[in-house]
Amino acid sequence: MSLLQETPSRPRRASSVRARRFTLTPTTTVYLALVALLIIGSVLVAIDGGVLLDQGGILNILTRSTVLGLVAIGQTMVIVTGSLDLSVAYLVGLCSLVAAETMAGSESMMVPGVLLALAVAAVVGLINGLVITVLKAHAFIATLGIALVIKGYLEHTYTGPAGSVPRTFQHLGYDRIGPVPIAALLMLLIGAGAWWYLRRTRPGYHMYAVGGDLEVARLSGVRTGRTIVMAHVLCAVAAGLAGVFLASRLGSGAPYVGTDAGYDLESIAAVVLGGTVLAGGRGGVVGTIGGVLILSTLDTIFDDLAVDPFFKDVVRGVVLIVAVALYARRQLAGQLSGRSA
Amino acid sequence: MRWRPRLAEGTAPVLVVLALLLVALAFAGSAYSEPAGYLALLKRAAPLVILAIGQYFVIVSGGFDLSVGSLVTAEVVIAARLIDGDDANTAWVIALLLGFGILVGLVNGLITTRLLVPSFIVTLGMLLVLDGAVFLWSGGAPRGALSPSFRVFGRGGVDVPVLGQVPWSVIILLVVLIAAVLFMRGGTGRTLVAVGDNENAVRLAGGRVEALRLLAFVLSGVLAALAAILLAGFAGVSAQVGQGLEFRAITAVVLGGVLLGGGRGSVVAAAAGALSLEALFSLLNLLGVPAALESAVQGVIIIAAVAYANLGGRLRLRKPSPSVP
Amino acid sequence: MNRKWSVVAVAGLLAMAGCASDLPDQGPGGSATRAADPSKSDYFDQAEFDRQLKFRTAAAVGLDGGDGAGKPWEQMLDPKLVDTAKFAKPGGNYHVCFSNASVDNPWRQVGWKTMQEEVKLHPEITKFTNLDAEAKDDKQISDIQSFATRQCSAIIISPNTTATLTPAVESACKIGVPVIVFDRGVKTDCPVTFVHPIGGFAFGVNGAEFLKEKVAPGGKILALRILPGVDVLETRWAGANKVFEGSGLKVVGVRFTDGDAAKTKSIVNEYIQREGTIDGVWMDAGATAVAAVEAFQDAGKPIPPFVGEDQQDFLRMWVKEKMTAIAPTYPTYQWRTPIIAAVRILAGKQVPKEWVLPQPKITQDTLQSYLKQDMPPLHYAMCGCESMPSYPGAWK
Repeated sequence: MSLLQETPSRPRRASSVRARRFTLTPTTTVYLALVALLIIGSVLVAIDGGVLLDQGGILNILTRSTVLGLVAIGQTMVIVTGSLDLSVAYLVGLCSLVAAETMAGSESMMVPGVLLALAVAAVVGLINGLVITVLKAHAFIATLGIALVIKGYLEHTYTGPAGSVPRTFQHLGYDRIGPVPIAALLMLLIGAGAWWYLRRTRPGYHMYAVGGDLEVARLSGVRTGRTIVMAHVLCAVAAGLAGVFLASRLGSGAPYVGTDAGYDLESIAAVVLGGTVLAGGRGGVVGTIGGVLILSTLDTIFDDLAVDPFFKDVVRGVVLIVAVALYARRQLAGQLSGRSA
Repeated sequence: MRWRPRLAEGTAPVLVVLALLLVALAFAGSAYSEPAGYLALLKRAAPLVILAIGQYFVIVSGGFDLSVGSLVTAEVVIAARLIDGDDANTAWVIALLLGFGILVGLVNGLITTRLLVPSFIVTLGMLLVLDGAVFLWSGGAPRGALSPSFRVFGRGGVDVPVLGQVPWSVIILLVVLIAAVLFMRGGTGRTLVAVGDNENAVRLAGGRVEALRLLAFVLSGVLAALAAILLAGFAGVSAQVGQGLEFRAITAVVLGGVLLGGGRGSVVAAAAGALSLEALFSLLNLLGVPAALESAVQGVIIIAAVAYANLGGRLRLRKPSPSVP
Repeated sequence: MNRKWSVVAVAGLLAMAGCASDLPDQGPGGSATRAADPSKSDYFDQAEFDRQLKFRTAAAVGLDGGDGAGKPWEQMLDPKLVDTAKFAKPGGNYHVCFSNASVDNPWRQVGWKTMQEEVKLHPEITKFTNLDAEAKDDKQISDIQSFATRQCSAIIISPNTTATLTPAVESACKIGVPVIVFDRGVKTDCPVTFVHPIGGFAFGVNGAEFLKEKVAPGGKILALRILPGVDVLETRWAGANKVFEGSGLKVVGVRFTDGDAAKTKSIVNEYIQREGTIDGVWMDAGATAVAAVEAFQDAGKPIPPFVGEDQQDFLRMWVKEKMTAIAPTYPTYQWRTPIIAAVRILAGKQVPKEWVLPQPKITQDTLQSYLKQDMPPLHYAMCGCESMPSYPGAWK
């Protein structure tokens, strides 16, 4: 039994993970929507007397996609596995602090700092996974509980930004090639790695299998517990990378940098917007990155048009619901036609 | 259908925890040596307990309602602006607030059941929409003021012999709780739990799954409105009033042993979970635990509670543990 | 696999297009602030503390050379004027860009409205771009970066966090147009001017000294703070704590309220239950002061001496309940000053390197003049906006 299964589609779960027909999978829809958004946005911004996709605009969209992209790539893995992770926001802050405090301004500590931050993330992910699989806690409550524990630690230990990263390390956050930030490229590379892992390796297939139907996966010999733990570890490491990147950008670690930005719910929103089914078993990283790009493009367009920040929230909420409703319709229609065929 | 009609199922552990907490409070603080101390605790806890009861309906039927926190904020901001300090506006604004809660619940429920969007996403979207829309409407900060007659429900009380002054919010809480228990004992309530357990079985048995789900969201919405009225009455206008309440309410429900994903747990346990959470905070404060560690303690406790409920449940061979995740 | 190779190919192409770094030249100082206990603070700084206390009684200078009375948003304390001729941009037609940390609390709302109205007073500002970072450090950094391509005449920044926004402010300085920082500071002196009221220490001390005077020795003080980690709030507590340490007053609790009225009221209620009586309440911000006062009313206890802030609802409560109270302020009129500074700099006129604004406190004697019965409850009295043409409509 998987999280959040309440659509009546449960008994007729799609047997194959990838859509058979070429037309309009959720992933294609996401990218079509992104292109449409870019065109409409460009027109609106042009009417307002600006340019959306100039160097600054592209830089903006890609920079904004980097952190959310990293967190959402990890979130995709757990959601595909039928789980979710609400601890990522605090984890991002924690890892930025671990990295910055370990480095303490020294170049020789850069590698240890990054490794230690990622190790801390992996341990948190491991705990998440074990609480879910061994203690049998629902992912929502398990990761919420871990999030509260991290929050307590942060509040107890820190009263503000701490640590400092050496200047060399800040190049990670600020260097770019033309209008493309290095970090955004790295994020895409990690996305590609995650795509390869999910689609081309056995453990990746197992994640889809577990998310699709836990019992069936178990009966087919998949070690479900191990798969879920692995997904959580990878998700946490991705959040750790986001924290490391933020440390390079901010110059120090900041306890609430992840929660201020609401990366927990926002990453889930990006994943679902990218066409991954919240109940697990279907979707993928490519769609997620599309979802992230849509969110950051929306942000940039709103900034260019000087839209009230409160209005942005309304639009984000509506976009999220409408997108998922569309996917649900298509999925249902696809299943019906698949049956009659 | 394997659910058992005994509503008390899983209620005992949380009641034991609650009892222990209340006794511990009496030892930890002199204020709890008389009823007034406990009444003050109940008054503080009433909005969360009511929210938890609302959240219970949604969770037990297999959904989530993440929108209640922002709904509470929205209701408070709306109330302040529409009442604008004038007692003459109190009555119709209260009616409007409850109506707005029902409306939000209807929208949540309809999108979930008709458009087949998971309730987690629907209510997450609603959270964003409400958060943005209400401040768009009020220009960024709350404006206007609440009237004294509006605030009576969250702030005032009635004099009762022996107990002294009993807060209105405690009376309202009791009424809601009794109504909820009666509802869950009736056929509709039982079918609601069954929907969370196995909706196909309910559908095959002729149950109206969609209508029941819709009802759960409407109840959650209207109870969130009620909680907002009590909270606004208790502490006045604030833009932060609802922040994080959705997670607190879900935590409370889970602490009561209600199963996320639906199908198991009682409404009394959910309410007791909420009260335990508030009692725990009061106890930690009395014991001088640093405020910063409160959330860490809370995190450990909910994980322990869920682990106990699930592992303990398996030992007692209840039903195949609806394990992960 | 195609996708991966195309990524590599795109990267290669872009590499040929040329690498660049937006990293500013100077390295950030970096800061290490840890504290294990909300009652202790690493934010205390004796030299700055002494400086702020001196500012409290220093005579202000106005822009016109007089004392500037009546226009506190133009007043300067101990100004060190700097020459700005190199930034002069004759002919007006200014495009002022503003990177705002957020508008997520009433103080920033009132300030933001005041700033927008100030812009309207200067016809030479023909375009005003506002990017709101929604309290996200990372977004504010990219907001500031995007100013590089927006042809701004001047850049105003209200940083979300002191330490973490420093590199971004340095990169803004590199753009070549005047940079003005206000409210929270940054750890670099590259901006042309840094506008701020006296500061958090003075704010905290104003309240704590009042309690020291009004509460009998040994009295129990409850300190309520909004949240940890915000330096303008941390310094308030650090200043107050310094006063309490040698005062004979007993601080029985230091708690965070998250700025939530219900949580505040619950906390005060718990402390009244726990301690029996509370003899004084110190707050680092007044947004929830009314809820804290109500907790005493509802418990049937007399209202002890209170430290609030200049929100109208608190001032009204103060008058109505005849409280013993004080309202230190962190004036929202400081949102006018950066615009004035921008216009002066672009006109080539001198501005102070550090524009320290006076930071009045509202006392029993001055209470009536700040009370505005028709303004919203969370309107800040110290907005300096009463004389603006659109008052009071724009703030309602």
